[in-house]
Amino acid sequence: MSDIVPASAEAVQRVREDPHRLGHRAHGEGAPVMGAGHGETGPANSRIIVGYGFWIFLLSDIVMFSAFFAAYAVLMNATAGGPTGRELFELPRVAIETGCLLLSSFVCGLSFAASVAKNRMWTQIFLLITGLLGAAFLYLEIDEFIGFAAQGATPQRSAFLSAFFSLVGLHGAHVFVGLLWLGTMMAQVQAKGFSRMVQHRLLCFNLFWHALDIIWVALFTVVYLMGAAT
Amino acid sequence: MFGKLSWAAVPLHEPIPMITSVVVILILLGVIGWVVAKGHWRYIWDEWITSVDHKRIGIMYILLGAVMLVRGFADAIMMRTQQAAAIGESAGYLPPEHYNQIFSAHGTIMIFFAAMPLVIGMMNYVMPLQLGVRDVAFPTLNSVGFWLTAAGALLVNISLFVGEFARTGWLPYPPLSETTYTPGVGVDYYLWAVQISGIGTLMTGVNLVTTVLKMRAPGMSYLRMPMFCWTTLASNLLIIAVFPILTATLAMLTLDRYFGFHFFTNEAGGNQMMFVNLIWAWGHPEVYILVLPAFGIFSEIFSTFSGKPLFGYRSMVAATLFIVVVSCMVWLHHFFTMGAGPAVNTFFGIASSVIAVGTGVKIYNWIFTMYGGRVRFEVPMLWSMGFLVTFVIGGMTGVLLAIPPADFVTHNSMFLVAHFHNVILGGVVFALFAAIEYWFPKAFGFRLHPGWGKAAFWFAFIGFWVTFTPLYILGLQGMTRRLQHINYPEWAPMLYLSVFGVAILVVGAACQVIQLVVSIRDRDKLRDVTGDPWDGRSMEWATPSPPPMFNFAVIPNVEGEEAYWGIKTRAIETQRLGPEPVYKPIHMPLNSPVGVITAFFASVTGFALIWHIWWLVILGLVCAFAGFVWFAWRDIHEFEIPAEEVARIDRARRAARRAILERLAREQGKPA
Amino acid sequence: MDPKGPVGQGNRQIIVDATLIMLFIVVPTILLALWMGWRYRASNTKAEYLPYWSFSGRIEAVVWAIPILVIMFLSGEIWIGSHKLDPFRPLESDQKPVEVQVVSLDWRWLFIYPEEGVASVNELVIPAGRPVHFSITSSSVMNTFFVPQLGSMIYAMNGMVSQLHLQADQPGEFRGISGQFSGDGFSDMTFKVRSLPADQYAGWVSATRGAGPVLDQTAYAGLTHQSRDTRPFTFGAVQPDLFNAIATRQAPPGPGPVAQYGRETTPASGEN
Repeated sequence: MSDIVPASAEAVQRVREDPHRLGHRAHGEGAPVMGAGHGETGPANSRIIVGYGFWIFLLSDIVMFSAFFAAYAVLMNATAGGPTGRELFELPRVAIETGCLLLSSFVCGLSFAASVAKNRMWTQIFLLITGLLGAAFLYLEIDEFIGFAAQGATPQRSAFLSAFFSLVGLHGAHVFVGLLWLGTMMAQVQAKGFSRMVQHRLLCFNLFWHALDIIWVALFTVVYLMGAAT
Repeated sequence: MFGKLSWAAVPLHEPIPMITSVVVILILLGVIGWVVAKGHWRYIWDEWITSVDHKRIGIMYILLGAVMLVRGFADAIMMRTQQAAAIGESAGYLPPEHYNQIFSAHGTIMIFFAAMPLVIGMMNYVMPLQLGVRDVAFPTLNSVGFWLTAAGALLVNISLFVGEFARTGWLPYPPLSETTYTPGVGVDYYLWAVQISGIGTLMTGVNLVTTVLKMRAPGMSYLRMPMFCWTTLASNLLIIAVFPILTATLAMLTLDRYFGFHFFTNEAGGNQMMFVNLIWAWGHPEVYILVLPAFGIFSEIFSTFSGKPLFGYRSMVAATLFIVVVSCMVWLHHFFTMGAGPAVNTFFGIASSVIAVGTGVKIYNWIFTMYGGRVRFEVPMLWSMGFLVTFVIGGMTGVLLAIPPADFVTHNSMFLVAHFHNVILGGVVFALFAAIEYWFPKAFGFRLHPGWGKAAFWFAFIGFWVTFTPLYILGLQGMTRRLQHINYPEWAPMLYLSVFGVAILVVGAACQVIQLVVSIRDRDKLRDVTGDPWDGRSMEWATPSPPPMFNFAVIPNVEGEEAYWGIKTRAIETQRLGPEPVYKPIHMPLNSPVGVITAFFASVTGFALIWHIWWLVILGLVCAFAGFVWFAWRDIHEFEIPAEEVARIDRARRAARRAILERLAREQGKPA
Repeated sequence: MDPKGPVGQGNRQIIVDATLIMLFIVVPTILLALWMGWRYRASNTKAEYLPYWSFSGRIEAVVWAIPILVIMFLSGEIWIGSHKLDPFRPLESDQKPVEVQVVSLDWRWLFIYPEEGVASVNELVIPAGRPVHFSITSSSVMNTFFVPQLGSMIYAMNGMVSQLHLQADQPGEFRGISGQFSGDGFSDMTFKVRSLPADQYAGWVSATRGAGPVLDQTAYAGLTHQSRDTRPFTFGAVQPDLFNAIATRQAPPGPGPVAQYGRETTPASGEN
């Protein structure tokens, strides 16, 4: 495959006939163009590929959330005579939840810094704190749901509540999956240290955990703040 | 213990599904028995089922798609014959509850389990070769994606003999698909089958986009990529953008059905139009997910068989990306008749027609690719010419349907049915058949028999028009789709003609099968020793046929568009190959059973969810998680191919290339 | 494609116009494709061979311009047609339109004439030459109300009311169908449309009024059960505001299947 030699002068001539190179004929460009800042230096390294791929996955996850957001927006007023958001939402509780989640994201970032420094103890400690804060968030959320259900505000009550429970619950499910993942990662760090694969996974976990934060910020604003205001 | 599942779910008293099931089970047992008896099990497990090689996975995708294409075609034959048999007083041979399952299964299977696997298989096989790399970005994920698609297909087929399939069409519009109106397991089969395969498709989308964006050979800048890579990128970007919407929409319907939520119900404020909006926000781009790779295939074929570069490459790229963007803004044209108001209808009508600009440009560019060429009418080129004629007419009827007042009388009619078969059969399926002919020698080392291929094309082409022209006419006469029997005898002649068309298509399908059998028998005569049977232009033809596991012994350095054509003309001009490279050991990912294990648990969990066997659901999920942890624990995930082995394989390739050069030299020498 | 009213004629006119516009460009394109393949076939060594020719600014401009021009032309058609034939837009006529309220049932059609105080099932009687204003809803699942020879169809959806204006120019009998699959009885979900001269229509109304049962909430609840009985019948009186009750979901929606068809067992188990 290195059997490539610059192509003929005739082809170079043809490139000139097509100054903006709208056509497909450029066999003659040869090495000069390659060096002209295309920056195409072959496959990227695995860390970039893994991070990039996971980031694209997160984008698609955000698209999924946006479908649930859209459903919530459509059904927000379809309370069918049942309780409204304004009657249900307790902002102080949600503020504590938000605090837990944002703080956990910060600690998660610290754990990443520790993992880059290959410091096992601090990585584990920060991951543990991240997990505990995530679990606290999840506990508060489940407790909130149980409280709603006790007031008769179950997802079966109205389309609004269906959309609310699905949207918030979907985020909660993501946090739950994140906690499972986090536990697995802690076990891996303990058992395997900082191998290349483990570091890639820690990078992805970080991206995931921060993405959950971003979604929560949108959720907190659209569902709770706007819901309590109207 | 077994939820809703009982012996009553098995249709012991119904001959059609029963006989089909028995035959399918016998064939399966026969194949498994043969594999075990011949001792091939080890080979199949090691080299195929657990393979993470993009070429193997691509071939398995195509095999899955081909099998499901046959299943979907069988459904189509039943639909057309039922409608021809059930005119006036006659009830035909399929009662509504059975017929309704068949058309639902036909649509679901053809889109999700035939067209998607075939298209994804092609992209999987060809794209890394064209980019000059050794595999996709995430090989193991690729295997998981494939096996999840297969798991979905398995669930659809299980529905044939355990329970029933959906009776609600290929897109289950609520409230009909809610438990109130369709309480059975049919819709649940649909939901979980599509959901599981949709997750697999999403994984593939992430994988292939990352591959195209981050894994090209050095020098392969965006504007040097072959057209097929561009359309692969476009198609997979659409997958990432819209498949999550499908996942979300089906999840909402699932919550309605399983837990009494009220997203789309008639009670408690549910909104059924929201489903229609959401599902088409996925559904229309889905059409372009299928047809864009088809456009890429035709671009490769027109250029190769005209012996010329693709005309207007950059405007092709522009047209492709234009279609990607606009395809996400047209979904409302699927329900102009829901009364959205003239302003909204006008916007979506014009947006839908505007897509025709992109496709129109492509059509002309293909035509001008032939201008000044030396067009060889091999079988792939025949399919491509057939496509040009068919697709232009399909596009025309499509624009017609995009005009709201015209849609007011053709919506949901047989005219619509004829239109989308016109573009999907004439566009996507013709492309896939062309692609199979075109890349078959690359994958298996021998060509397909051209005579039978030509016969298959002509029967398919004529059969298509004989089948669907009558349906266009019936649609204009006011015949709506999905009728289990026909109350108006004057439609009979057209329906009979359509069945005759199906008979021609059956002959065409038979030709395809015979072609495969004959080609395998005569494989030595049809052998491709050069690796470049069609005088190709892109990098996949630089490899031997079939390519070695690592594709390229040394990652090529791309110095221009149509990378391989450059290499080839240079070698021919100078009468020699470039210097032998320095061979280094190659690291390739290890095979992994994680894909098939994940799919196994996904199937089990899906089946348990369909039948409400809750303990099995939990067991399946726990096992799937355990499987992931186990997979994550392995330390070695690559193996090394020694430099000597690489050198041996690549020297054989160079020897074959040298032989071509010598032959060309002799041929050129003779007249002089 | 044999329209009997102004809306149907409008629909047909647009289809014919648009098809002609497109054929004007589609036919030459197909011929060009075939000619190009034939002219430059490999065996025709007389044709010039341009192995590197792959760009021409002029041709590019033309191939982008042709579809853009056609689509601009059609966009005009779309704009005008969408507004002119909007189903919600009343037809121009010197006569006051007949009000008909349509409810799609599983799998029948109910027509309520609020001003006349009568109702009929599976038979729509309208006066010829006078516009009809339909208000359409559904008792259960989606359907579309469609009389092909009169023109435009529109969805019937539970909890929503869609509007449609149609007119039959001459007396006659037409078919009415549902254009959206709605379950096992869908194929027979047809109705007869009788367009009568004004005096006969008045006669039909007075003959129907007072004869037959009264359509009230109870009678309506009976109608919402799934039925494949397509025989038409009429109601001699209608509870006022019944249609409103249906459209606003005050009347309960159709109950769906009572017993299952085919092989699926009833979803009896407690887990459901």
